[in-house]
Amino acid sequence: MAKDEIREFRLVGTRPDRPDGLDKVTGRARYGADISAPGMLWGAVVRSPHAHARIVRIDSSKAEALAGVKAVVTRADFPTGLTGEDWNLQENTMAGEKALYDGHAVAAVAATSALRAQEAARLIEVEYEVLPHVIDVDDAIRPDAPVIREGAADATVPEGMPPNVVRYIDFGRGDIEAGFAEADLVMERSYKTEATHQGYIEPHACLGQLGEDGKGEMWVCTQGQWFIRRMCTAVLGLETSQLRVTPSEIGGGFGGKTTIFMEPLSLALSRKAGGRPVKIVMSRSEVLRATGPTASASMDVKIGMKKDGTLTAARAEFRMQGGAFPGAPVDMALYCAFAPYKLPAVQHIGYDVLANRPKCAAYRAPGSPMGAFAVESLLDEMCRELDLDPLEMRLKNAVNTGDTSSYGPKFGTIGLIETLEATRAHPNLSAPLGPNQGRGIATGYWFNHNGETSVSMALSEDGTVQVSIGTPDIGGSRASIALMTAETLGIPYEDVRVNVVETGALGVNEPTHGSRATFACGKAAVEAARQAIGEMCRRAASEWGIDPEAVEWMNGAAQPAGPNAGEFPPMTIAEIAGKMGSTGGPISGHHESVPDGVGASFGCHVVDVEVDPETGRTTILRYLVVQDAGRAIHPSYVEGQYQGGAVQGIGWALNEAYIYGEDGRLQNSVFLDYRVPVASDLPMIDTEIVEVPNPGHPFGVRGVGETGITPPLPAIANAIHQATGARLRQLPMSPPRVLAAIGEARQG
Amino acid sequence: MRYHTPSSFDDAARLAAEASGVTRFLAGGTDVLVQMRAGAVLPDDLIDLKKIPGVTEIAQTGDGGWKIGVAVSGARLGAHEALVRDWPGVVEGMELVGSTQVQGRATLTGNLCNGSPAADSVPGLVAAGASVEITAPGGRRIVPVEDIPAGPGKTTLAAGEVISAILLPPRGAGGGDAYLRFIPRTEMDIAVVGCAVNLRVDGGRITEARVALGAVSPRIELVPACAEAIIGTSLDDAALDALAGAASAACNPIDDKRGTVEFRTEVAGVLAKRAARIAYARANGD
Repeated sequence: MAKDEIREFRLVGTRPDRPDGLDKVTGRARYGADISAPGMLWGAVVRSPHAHARIVRIDSSKAEALAGVKAVVTRADFPTGLTGEDWNLQENTMAGEKALYDGHAVAAVAATSALRAQEAARLIEVEYEVLPHVIDVDDAIRPDAPVIREGAADATVPEGMPPNVVRYIDFGRGDIEAGFAEADLVMERSYKTEATHQGYIEPHACLGQLGEDGKGEMWVCTQGQWFIRRMCTAVLGLETSQLRVTPSEIGGGFGGKTTIFMEPLSLALSRKAGGRPVKIVMSRSEVLRATGPTASASMDVKIGMKKDGTLTAARAEFRMQGGAFPGAPVDMALYCAFAPYKLPAVQHIGYDVLANRPKCAAYRAPGSPMGAFAVESLLDEMCRELDLDPLEMRLKNAVNTGDTSSYGPKFGTIGLIETLEATRAHPNLSAPLGPNQGRGIATGYWFNHNGETSVSMALSEDGTVQVSIGTPDIGGSRASIALMTAETLGIPYEDVRVNVVETGALGVNEPTHGSRATFACGKAAVEAARQAIGEMCRRAASEWGIDPEAVEWMNGAAQPAGPNAGEFPPMTIAEIAGKMGSTGGPISGHHESVPDGVGASFGCHVVDVEVDPETGRTTILRYLVVQDAGRAIHPSYVEGQYQGGAVQGIGWALNEAYIYGEDGRLQNSVFLDYRVPVASDLPMIDTEIVEVPNPGHPFGVRGVGETGITPPLPAIANAIHQATGARLRQLPMSPPRVLAAIGEARQG
Repeated sequence: MRYHTPSSFDDAARLAAEASGVTRFLAGGTDVLVQMRAGAVLPDDLIDLKKIPGVTEIAQTGDGGWKIGVAVSGARLGAHEALVRDWPGVVEGMELVGSTQVQGRATLTGNLCNGSPAADSVPGLVAAGASVEITAPGGRRIVPVEDIPAGPGKTTLAAGEVISAILLPPRGAGGGDAYLRFIPRTEMDIAVVGCAVNLRVDGGRITEARVALGAVSPRIELVPACAEAIIGTSLDDAALDALAGAASAACNPIDDKRGTVEFRTEVAGVLAKRAARIAYARANGD
């Protein structure tokens, strides 16, 4: 355990009200679309109705003639010569020579009202030459598939691969064939998962302003204001520091708001409209057609197992399409696929494939749920074949602290075994099951992330404290960071206000992604508070006329470190703050780093389902999430993350899918038909927080946001198998698929 | 767009007859306003019926039936105890439409006029033998509900015709009805299959029956073969199997984002059996 780990906590582990709670429940909180400015225009985007089409001509003359229309932009208004991911972002922001998916932006217009802007968008005439398209990843990899973009493959792709393969991954260790030869049972199966959207409730919204001098402002709903700044300025050819980006409150992101979509369009329109601010608010349909879902996957997995459950070898070959651009998370999927298990031999092969779909974005543990669906489903099948308890098999093979992971690095302190043991002890495992009911178990993994982090805290004149962080608060991180700061300073939770600040106020911060905010910003806030404590001790020492080293900080006050230091009453933070103007000036603390010591998080889920044998409809009866949090700073928000991950996984497993017509158009671009679970579909999700402290964080925190979406896909497939005898290897496990599978299982 | 608030159905019909562009009647607005927001329908004339006296009333007719105003919301329908006692299947179909918020506005008439083959309230009306009163510039006429749908998004109503009330027949003794739909979720969804059964029993034996199917063909259909399968029986297993077979045989569905042909065909039979059991239990006072 690290020397600075604190074992007795006054505040950490308690459940105070969140500081943003009142504003959110009363509707006062300001989200992306709530921001307006004087002289504001409204933007609307013209989008391709075709999956793949050459743009022959764009005629905006009728739109520009409409009263109230102030600007029209196309790709011609963007700089040329970008390369790499900057070019990808620009091309995705606004189509160039070709529209690459249904919903791809081809033009944008700004007008004096939202209705006028929409009317003008309808008047912009775009002539297309429709090209053959490809949607499915296996179709896209065929040699005769329509080519999305020649020469898009990077150096990893061997000669002779189909042109839509743009990245190739091949790694592993051990003698894989010897491992399979040693096994009593070797099974190989193929699996498919559909692309799913993060489904955040708040659509993308921004208000952008850009003058002829290249100076701009943006108010935007985002997970990362510095990412918005860097990407927008790159796409528009501006100097990064000249754009100031302020994040709004955020109605969900799940990774999907770590990149840009229409944000540069508002800036380009503003510049063309003489610097008037331009607001763009996406409709739900635009969100589903044109923002980033996760990838779809086609996967082959082969595993060797001894009769006692010991794993001998494993091989995974994953093919993923992440839209018309490189970046499907096939690498992450492979890293996570076998991470929970000790494996003497393992091989991973991956293909990143282009298709005529929107550019994928991060979605909660990107890639990991797909790999888990394949691997954890196959392990369940093998356990049934060998009559092994699936939980005991997992315990038998579980990785422990110091083990070498399947993807290479050695694990630090991890809590998989503790998580599996806590699962075994939970009462849900002995709940009785009735007819047509089944129980499924699966594990899941996510690395967690650190990232560039910059945090400041400052003492106010009354002894209360403000903390400035750069990570938008999606899951309660302001409460957690206030708790950690108050714990460190020895002051009440209510005395700390945590502000999510704009890009001008701190150094670069990565977004709230990778389950990093509570870990990285929390660690930085503690360091900043310790710095301020040092200064407060110096002020007290100076007043008392003793050595700063003879002063210690306890219970929110400076006091002499021992009897030799002298007899002085404690000097409280409020006393120090009250006179700081005359004792040396403002007192603050600051910390910036890419903090080391990230703690990975394993989880285990147990789900009980009932399947209607006549309709194939699956009802979730009971659902248990057990996961290692390291230390739960605010247990309610840890539980919220566990429950949210499970619910998104349930949706992915059962009904969510991108449904394309023969014409390559997305057919379900509204929530009516893009079927996320509704509240009445779900039982209360049971949670169990396991705490194996992460020695890399002063309070032991691990990220907890992402692991929870990983086990639901296979856990539900395993439960449906037990309930029906039918093994579903393709998502979603919608009623038509389940009913058909039950019919096939009955016929043997 | 011109927004009209006529004070009588005669005026509403005249306005519609005189209009030349895209015309929409507005009752609850839960379809029309959504279509307008999405840009799918941009009416030239929007005729709001809610200012017409009586449109939010539910009244018992002289023969013991019911007259339901065109702006009566699902929530009001569900709160009307006597109507729910007579026609639980009709009311439960309407109550499945949309969310709690939508229930405060959405109407039977609007659900019918939207022309969706998957409309949840329509199979129950058809099975009940309900009819609509139509007002046109030339006068009024009464038409069975099953004659209104004409295919997805279409009705048989001519320009200038407006539905001015929904009429339910007297319930009579030994009657029971029920509506079931299949959706992948528990609410906030569109029927993949819908089935309404209305029947009358005498001494445990079914003497009359009407069965209607939704979402399995271009329009909501009354299926006489389903009724024949159970009339004269006490809804034993053989009758139920015959009912399911007739329901599946009547299906002419499509493969789409909500379900496959095979699935809809099979589940139509399943729902017919389940709805018949509920209607039968209600008819027997169970």
